[in-house]
Amino acid sequence: MSYDWIIDVLFWVAVVFLVGVYVSWRATRLDRLHVRVETARAALDAALVRRAAAALELAASRLLDPAASLVLATAAHEARTADADNREFAESDLSRALRAVVDQPDFAGALTAGAPGDGEAALDELTSAAARVGYARRFYNDAVRQARAARRRPLIRVLPLAGRAPLPDFFEIDDDPPGA
Amino acid sequence: MKVGIVCPYTWNVPGGVQQHIGDLAEALIALGHRVSVITPADDGARLPPHVTSAGRAVPVPYNGSVARLAFGFRSAGRVRRWIREGGFDVLHVHEPTAPSLGLLACWAADGPIVGTFHASYERSRALSVMSPILQSALEKITGRIAVSEAARTSLVEHLGGDAVLIPNGVATERYAVADPLPGWSGRADVPRGPADPAALGFLGRIDEPRKGLDVLLRAFEALAPARPGLRLLIAGPGDADDALSRVPPGLRDRVVVLGLVSEADKVRAYHSVDVFVAPNLGGESFGIVLAEAMSAGAPILASDIEAFDRVLLGGRAGELFPAGDHAALAAAAGGLLDDPARRKRLSAEARAAVRAYDWSAVARDVLRVYETVTLAGAGARVVESGLGA
Repeated sequence: MSYDWIIDVLFWVAVVFLVGVYVSWRATRLDRLHVRVETARAALDAALVRRAAAALELAASRLLDPAASLVLATAAHEARTADADNREFAESDLSRALRAVVDQPDFAGALTAGAPGDGEAALDELTSAAARVGYARRFYNDAVRQARAARRRPLIRVLPLAGRAPLPDFFEIDDDPPGA
Repeated sequence: MKVGIVCPYTWNVPGGVQQHIGDLAEALIALGHRVSVITPADDGARLPPHVTSAGRAVPVPYNGSVARLAFGFRSAGRVRRWIREGGFDVLHVHEPTAPSLGLLACWAADGPIVGTFHASYERSRALSVMSPILQSALEKITGRIAVSEAARTSLVEHLGGDAVLIPNGVATERYAVADPLPGWSGRADVPRGPADPAALGFLGRIDEPRKGLDVLLRAFEALAPARPGLRLLIAGPGDADDALSRVPPGLRDRVVVLGLVSEADKVRAYHSVDVFVAPNLGGESFGIVLAEAMSAGAPILASDIEAFDRVLLGGRAGELFPAGDHAALAAAAGGLLDDPARRKRLSAEARAAVRAYDWSAVARDVLRVYETVTLAGAGARVVESGLGA
C-alpha cells in the first residue's frame, strides 16, 4: 500500500502530458489558420493588383474610345491608391466600371475587329484577372471565417494561444466579373 | 504545373465523381500540365498511366448506406508516399468529407490544397459527431470548389464558409459523332413529310413526373395520326411497360422504350432522332442531358424553364416552348419536322453554344483556382505534413 502515491503521481503526469499534447495540437491548428489567412490575403492583393494592371493596360491600349479609357484608367488608379479604409469601395467601383465598359453590346466584337491579336489578348487577360479576384476573395473570406471561429473557442480565449495576431477582417466588395 | 488529384471512390466503378476526375485530368493534360491521380482500385484493374492505385476500397456501412471507402494504415501510407514522391505544386482533393483517400490526403499534406465538393446532403450524424477531426483536415484546404449550387448550399450550411462554383464539364467530343441505333434512320437535312420516317427523342427518368414525359406523350398523341411515319424514342431508367400504358393502344408500336441504356447507346440515341425533346417541368439546375444532346448536334426543342433558356441562349441554340403545354410542344415539333433548314441551323448553333460547357473551359477555371492558391504560397509546394498535424 505504500506505493499508492506513485500511481497517483504517474496518473497526474499522464493527464498533464495529454492536456499538453492537446493544447499544442490546438495551437498548431490555430497557427496554421493564421498562416492561411495571411497567404490568402497576399493572393487577394496580387489578384487585385493584376486586375487593376489589366484594366490600365486596356485603357492605355488605344483600342477603346477615349471616354471608356478614361473611365477605366480613373477607376483602376483609384483602386490602386485607396487607403485601407476606402479600399473596398474603390475596388467595387473598379468592378462596376469594368462591367460598364465590357458589357457594352458587342464589345468583344468591336475590340477584336480593331486589332485582332492585341484586343483579344487584352480582353482575355482582363476576364481572367477579374475571375481570379472573385476566387481569391472567396478563399480569403473562407480562411477569415474559420480563423475567427477558432478564435472564439473557449480554450483559445482562456489561453493566449493566438499570441498577438490581430483578428482578421473580411474583405467585402462587389466583384461580379464583366460578361457574366 | 504539377497537379496531384485525389479520388475517394473506386476508379473502375462507374460514378459521377470518378468520371469528373477522369475528364478533368485529361483536359489538364491536354493543356500541357502534369497530372497524377491517386484512387482506390480493385486489384488488377486496368488504369491509365497517370493513375496510381492506393489499394482496394472496402464496403462499409456509412451514413445510412453501404459505401466503398479506402481507409486504414495501408491506404494512409500509400497516400503519404505518393505525396512525398509527387512533388506537386497543388493538391486537388475531391469530396474531402468522405472518410476515404481525400480525408487521408488532407491529413498527410501541407501546402496549397484545393477541395472540390460534389455531393449535396442533409445533415448527417456522423459528420457532426466527427466534426473536430473533419474540421482539422478541412482547415487545410485553401481553395474550395462546389460543382453545383446544391453542393455549395450543403457546404455552407453544414461546414460553414464559402466555395467558388465551377460546374461539371461535358465531354462534348464524346458525343460529336456516332451511328444511329439499328432500325433508326438518323437525322438528315431533308423535309420529313407526313409519311416519311421521322423520330422524336426523349432521355431521362421515365417515372419522374418533373422530367415531363407525359407532356411529350400527349403531344405525340396529337402529332401521330397526321404523321404515320413519326416514331418516338424513349431512353432512361424506369418501368417501360408503365410508360407504354400511358400511350393509346393504336400508337404503341410507334413508341420505342429502351429503358436504361449504355453510355455508347445513349450517344447513338442522340444521333437517331430528328428532334430531341426536353419537356422538363422544372427542378433542373443545368440539364446535363440537354448539354449532351447539344454536343451530339441534335436539333433541340425544350421547355422554357430558366435553366434551359440560359443554356439554349434564349432560344438561339434550340427552340423553346411554354413548360407543360403539350399543344405548343406538338405545334413546335411539327414546325421543326417540316423545316430542315431550321433544324440544320439549330444543330450548328447548339454545337457552338455547348463549347462554353466543355471540359476545356472547366479546366481553364480550375487552373485559375490553382494559380490563386499557389500564388498565395509564393512557390511553396505540397509537402508531407508531420504526424498528428
